[in-house]
Amino acid sequence: MAYRILPAIGRRTLIKGGAALGALQVASPYIISARGEVPIKLGFIDPITGVLSALAASEVEGAKLAVANINASGGVLGRQLELLVEDSANDVGTGVQKARKLIDRDKVDGIFADVNSAIAYAIAGVTSEKGVFHIVPGGHTDPITGKDCKWNVFRICNTTTMDSAAISATLVKKFGKRWFFITPDYAYGQTLQEGFVKQLTAMGGTYEGDKLPINTVDFSATLIKAKAYKPDVLLNNMGGLAQINCMKQFTQFGMQKDMALGGALFELESITSVPPEAQTGWWTMEWWWNQPGVPHVAEFVAGIKKATNKPASARHWFGYVGVHSFKLAAEAAKSLEGIKMARALEGLVLPPEVALQPGKVFFRTGDHQLMPSIFTGEAHPPKGDPANVFTIAEAIAGETAGGTVAENGCKMTYPA
Amino acid sequence: MLQLVLFNVTNGLIIGAFYVLMALGVAMILNLSNVINFAHGNFLALGGYFAFVLTPYIGFWGALVVAPPLVAVIGYLIERVMIRRVYSRDPVYSLLLTFGLAFILQDACRYIWGTTGLPLTVPASLSQGISSELFFITGYRLFMMAIVAIAVIGLFAFLRYTRMGVRIRAGTLDLDTVAALGINVRLLRSFNFAVGIYLAGLAGVLAGGQIGLNPNMGDDLLMPAFIAVIVGGVGSLTGTLLGGLLIGVASALTTVFFPSAQEAVIYVIMAVVVLIRPRGLMGEEGMLT
Amino acid sequence: MSTTTIETVLKAPTERRWLPAAIVWVVLLSAPLWLPLVGGYTALASHVLVMGLVAMALNFLLGFTGVMSFGHAAYFGLGVYGAGLTLRYISNSTLLALLFGILLGGLVGTVLGALIARRRGVYFAMVTIAFGQIFYYIAYSWNSFTGGYDGLRGFSRQPLHFGPLVIDIQNNGTLFYYFVLAVFAICIGLMAFLLASPFGRTLIAVRENQRRARFLGIAVDRHIWLSFSISCYFAAAAGALYALLNNFADPMSLHYSLSGEIVIMAVMGGMRSFWGPLVGAAVFVILQDYISSMTENWMSCIGLLFVLVVMFFPRGLLGVLQRRGSP
Repeated sequence: MAYRILPAIGRRTLIKGGAALGALQVASPYIISARGEVPIKLGFIDPITGVLSALAASEVEGAKLAVANINASGGVLGRQLELLVEDSANDVGTGVQKARKLIDRDKVDGIFADVNSAIAYAIAGVTSEKGVFHIVPGGHTDPITGKDCKWNVFRICNTTTMDSAAISATLVKKFGKRWFFITPDYAYGQTLQEGFVKQLTAMGGTYEGDKLPINTVDFSATLIKAKAYKPDVLLNNMGGLAQINCMKQFTQFGMQKDMALGGALFELESITSVPPEAQTGWWTMEWWWNQPGVPHVAEFVAGIKKATNKPASARHWFGYVGVHSFKLAAEAAKSLEGIKMARALEGLVLPPEVALQPGKVFFRTGDHQLMPSIFTGEAHPPKGDPANVFTIAEAIAGETAGGTVAENGCKMTYPA
Repeated sequence: MLQLVLFNVTNGLIIGAFYVLMALGVAMILNLSNVINFAHGNFLALGGYFAFVLTPYIGFWGALVVAPPLVAVIGYLIERVMIRRVYSRDPVYSLLLTFGLAFILQDACRYIWGTTGLPLTVPASLSQGISSELFFITGYRLFMMAIVAIAVIGLFAFLRYTRMGVRIRAGTLDLDTVAALGINVRLLRSFNFAVGIYLAGLAGVLAGGQIGLNPNMGDDLLMPAFIAVIVGGVGSLTGTLLGGLLIGVASALTTVFFPSAQEAVIYVIMAVVVLIRPRGLMGEEGMLT
Repeated sequence: MSTTTIETVLKAPTERRWLPAAIVWVVLLSAPLWLPLVGGYTALASHVLVMGLVAMALNFLLGFTGVMSFGHAAYFGLGVYGAGLTLRYISNSTLLALLFGILLGGLVGTVLGALIARRRGVYFAMVTIAFGQIFYYIAYSWNSFTGGYDGLRGFSRQPLHFGPLVIDIQNNGTLFYYFVLAVFAICIGLMAFLLASPFGRTLIAVRENQRRARFLGIAVDRHIWLSFSISCYFAAAAGALYALLNNFADPMSLHYSLSGEIVIMAVMGGMRSFWGPLVGAAVFVILQDYISSMTENWMSCIGLLFVLVVMFFPRGLLGVLQRRGSP
């Protein structure tokens, strides 16, 4: 599926194809507003349907807000942005198809994809084959900016290594060294669990775990296994709806009395969807709406609230920062050429109105990974504001947690 | 380990009960009308969503009573308007028709109620584990088992002791003769279809309380239901019942040893059955083969 | 269907047979020239050819043998993985990948066909669905070999080498389109040859009346098995091309929902006509490509298409034309 934001008409090919007269008439209001310029097309592929849909919806909303803001203030290089949203349906093959379609048919200038790590990873293969500038807003698996890094691919969200490194010590200190993993069996879950295991074994801990299909619905069998293992902490690495279902069954079984909860991501969208007994545990948060005193955050939160009537989440921020990064790259390069934009974005420090968090936020040159702060803290039932379900304990610099470019195995090569 | 296995056998029976409810509906429609209902899982979702809409007004118990018949009415109407027209045609058409219906119903649920999962609140009295030893048997799970058992017994009693039920069974064996005896076969098929859909709707309400609602909630149950029918034997509802429980337990047991094979195992069972006993565990010789 | 007599069926293919074929080939050969003018792109045309091939392969069984498989995605998908795994692990020869893809899907189809050829009607369909899903789960679960849910990546079609002549189908989309078209033409030619042979006539006899065919001494089960196997080889060929087109393989190419789409392509185009499934595939692929960019509710549109075809165009687009042409 997909729908267009902004000018709903005007495929270049159509105009070329001799239908120019008819199209011109329909398109005339928009042409006036864009001063005769062809808009810059951005392809945004996300799993609008499927278990990760809530997260995807937020990313798209964040991107839309950024597009609206940018277009209102004159666009990019004097041209308006047009966002083409496509549904990857949480399916890797569909995502790849959509990427090829956006590149071959719509001739987009940039691709944004995908919440799902596996899809993001696979699409990176397509965009690098075609040399199209690609920003990964929210797919966490390591190799995208690690051993399979590509010159045209930049990532906003953290790597799985960064998230697991940021929270591991806390979990061991607070709860203990005996862990049970419930992990989705795909790129994201695999590298995330690997990261955790590396940290845990270094601290002398032991673990067991199950890897389950990404859209698992019934967790009872695995939860029974977890209960029998008697871990100190259960790491629920599932995403979106699957994580929520797992949490619900966890509380139905009364297991919160036996073990702590924790892990890498328990996002705002998910925390607010589980019963209060499951709104607990220590987690990482990649961006948080409640940062008193940090410039521009309140504006952004109000913007999201106004546009969607939802509290701003990390996913909104990913989408927002993604589109703004495209703008920053294009303007620094004064070009829409992939290679020039990629070079321009390397090492670029996000201005405060885009970064929306304290500390220096920049794209690392060696692997194109954004280096923000990682917040760790505790989830809890709402206090006052219904979205106040997480309290930040610590902000860790992403670069400290993430390891060096060499450790992550990225060897960046540009086409000759 | 033994305890773990025991836990999982029980758990598998609970999952199997769901497969049974789905599979019985699929089997009834298949047996009498020769239609594979691809949309069965979507009727299940519809049952869950109807319960979600009704619960604020008439409570969970009311929804449990009212939602499934509502879904059955929708099923009846769809049968009357569309599916009935393809009975006389090549089976490829009924397959494609229900396949298309599945798409439409799923999209309709998404359009009306959104992609995000919705909770179906069950009474608090049902949501606790019955004891700390048997924590995995929550009151709700026991309740589900009881409802499934009642539904299955009710269905079998209906088929055995009511005039309509006997006609349905007779139609399964030889529809032409039943028609020749002056029984309104069109009505019989519509009614039978509605009963099958009722079971899906009931499963939907129960599943909603267990895992919440989302537009594709029935998809994961569709294939197990088909396999329960194949394993149990086409034409035999008792076989379907056993088939459903068997693959439920097998799937749960596999989770202990090879969690990633929990879905694959039911296909292996099916392959073995088709290989060594092609008519299925309880299937009649020569039935639909 | 049962109203068509053997005579009309046997006569139909010979009458003015060259005309539709000529139209099809002219359209296909010139596609890269006119496609951009109507807003298409070459990769879409290649996609149409691939789906057209698998729909025609299915129709060999469905339309010309009268047996309904609802699990053909499995053999298509095995072709996809066969080609992908070959390029990934064994060799960087595009032609070898194509060959191994065809063999994997075809051989598996031959073996399973022997198991299920005795089933009939709706039960045959159900068993084909369920068997097909086995391969979906294998591809889905075997992370270390197939890439699991993530799909198989890290392979790419390679230029063709014929002695000193190098055809760069890797980077040139148009050349690749002609490569697909060449493979398509070979497969279609074989299919037409088989259908015109005594074997093909026997299949049609099986389709028209199995009982009568059996009385005539035709080994019905064996013919269904052979037809199923042959159909699987062609489906796998389409799958292998699909892997080369995307440089990617993923489990959904084995899933029963794709089987449903393949069937609808055949039925929508007209399962009693040789070229019908290709037309159906073209309509379906292009519609899906455009609708999915236009509305969030693309599933309803596709579902509605299924319902409309079944209710109002059961003979398919070409079926309607043919009936008008020859009353």
